Amino acid sequence: MSAATVPKLRVDDVTKYYGSTLVLDGVDLDVADHEVVCLIGASGSGKSTLLRCVNRLEPFDHGRIMLDGVSVDDPSFGRTGLCRRVAIVFQAFNLFPHKTVLDNVTLAPRRVHRRDRAEAEARAHELLERLGLDGLAAKYPEQLSGGQQQRVAVVRALATDPDVLLLDEVTAALDPELVGGVLDVIRDLKAGGMTMMIVTHEMAFARDVADRVAFLDGGRIVEVGPPDRVLRDPTEPRTRAFLQRIIEAGRL
Amino acid sequence: MSTTADTDAAAPGEHPPARRARPLPPRAEQVSARDRWLPIGIAVASTVVVFGGLARVITASPTWPAIRAQFFDVDEMLAALPQVWAGFLVNMRIWAVSLVLIAVAGLGVAILRSLPGPWMAPVRVAAVVYVDLLRGMPALLLVLLFGLGVPALDIPGLPSGRLFWGTTALVLGYAAYTSDVYRAGMQAVHDGQRAAAKSLGLTEWQILRHAIVPQAIRNVTPALLNLAVALQKDVALLSVIGVREAVREAQIYTSRTFNFSSMVTATLLFLLATVPLARFTDRVARRDQERRLQRTR
Ligand SMILES: Nc1ncnc2c1ncn2[C@@H]1O[C@H](COP(=O)(O)OP(=O)(O)OP(=O)(O)O)[C@@H](O)[C@H]1O
Ligand SMILES: [Mg+2]
Repeated sequence: MSAATVPKLRVDDVTKYYGSTLVLDGVDLDVADHEVVCLIGASGSGKSTLLRCVNRLEPFDHGRIMLDGVSVDDPSFGRTGLCRRVAIVFQAFNLFPHKTVLDNVTLAPRRVHRRDRAEAEARAHELLERLGLDGLAAKYPEQLSGGQQQRVAVVRALATDPDVLLLDEVTAALDPELVGGVLDVIRDLKAGGMTMMIVTHEMAFARDVADRVAFLDGGRIVEVGPPDRVLRDPTEPRTRAFLQRIIEAGRL
Repeated sequence: MSTTADTDAAAPGEHPPARRARPLPPRAEQVSARDRWLPIGIAVASTVVVFGGLARVITASPTWPAIRAQFFDVDEMLAALPQVWAGFLVNMRIWAVSLVLIAVAGLGVAILRSLPGPWMAPVRVAAVVYVDLLRGMPALLLVLLFGLGVPALDIPGLPSGRLFWGTTALVLGYAAYTSDVYRAGMQAVHDGQRAAAKSLGLTEWQILRHAIVPQAIRNVTPALLNLAVALQKDVALLSVIGVREAVREAQIYTSRTFNFSSMVTATLLFLLATVPLARFTDRVARRDQERRLQRTR
């Protein structure tokens, strides 16, 4: 990443409180175009909150978040511009249970971005097929396996052709045998050049897919760098302690 | 029990962990005739004893013949049927119309109450006041106030029919209850649904329409059906303001013949309508339960 180019995403000194609890403490992080950054850290360290600040699901108190050099609360985004360009996938899928897969996927393109139905559905079918979900368009979420539901959630996030994808522990709610399929989808997205911020507890996956890994602790980014260094040979004692716990839990 | 179906034919050492014979599935339970029939017998016998005893006690009362003639005279009951039936059709009409209005108004109030933002504060306050007031008032009082009070005001331009105002009272009272049921249903929709809808860029209104309200309605359908059953009976309250529905017609018949069997006719008609609806409600509730269990599987 050269200093001269504007990063795709710049998190600049972002600080957030919940009431009087500090949850994000001056977080700085740049994500370059086509870069994949994995966020790791203990439960409660602020990983989800950081993602939710990036797409403005949560307000933050200080600092700036910029997309292509433009602040995310810039009026030029309009009400829906940021939602189209930064999409998020949640741990619990959060698909709409009363809507079919196709309606889940086409809801935002049609209702928010005013694409016409045929166009939105054509794009949806294309994406579903790409993620190995063809034939499921007419099903309801509860008729699908967890892994299929999570892939539908990814399709829903991709339906507006976002520049940046935020993934929050997308495999944490899945049975072990279903994790692989979802991780494969993310690998494919990376191969396609998608810029991603990924919160994950799958260290092997982080090492494999991340360009850089950032370790959060107590709302601060304690250490950031290439996965081989951060995960194998961390310089910070807190990172080391965290990884030690992960190794003891048998997850590395 | 010995099972010899699976013998270990393999030579020792060839397939090291010798496969143990699988135990047979448990045999279908053999229930003795006594175990099968005794509980049924007890259930039937105790039912017969309790209700038969009750019937004996009642019919043994010295006043029973008089009561039977007064209340359970089948000829009188049949004679009253045409008049009471005509009234009952009025009940059903009022019920059907109110049901639709209540379902819509209740949802409207619930939505108004959930609107965010400081500008909506007066709307929210109005909705809360409305619900608190109307839910706190006895339905009978509402019917009297609206059915007799409003027409007495004699405001030009307003309809003056007691049927109209009585129905309005029912709708207002029940809509307050119903709105709270909807509201509970909306609150029961998981936060993640709202977050997902918001992250997709839906407006507050679209979030309600596409994510929250459809799920809320699904959540509360059994509770709403229960209210529908209750409403069916409460339509009879309109008799106090002179609306000629089933109970009123039965009263009129009684005052003419000095026989109360027409009331029993009305009672039976109400049961005929509410019992199937109650069964249906139970079925919907059970299906709803199954759906939830499956979802959290
Ligand atoms: N809505 C909220 N209100 C108050 N505090 C909150 C809220 N959401 C999160 N927090 C707090 O903010 C801190 C960071 O939470 P966050 O969900 O970002 O952690 P996380 O790193 O994603 O943890 P996990 O790995 O468990 O998902 C936690 O201490 C949490 O208790
Ligand atoms: Mg989290």
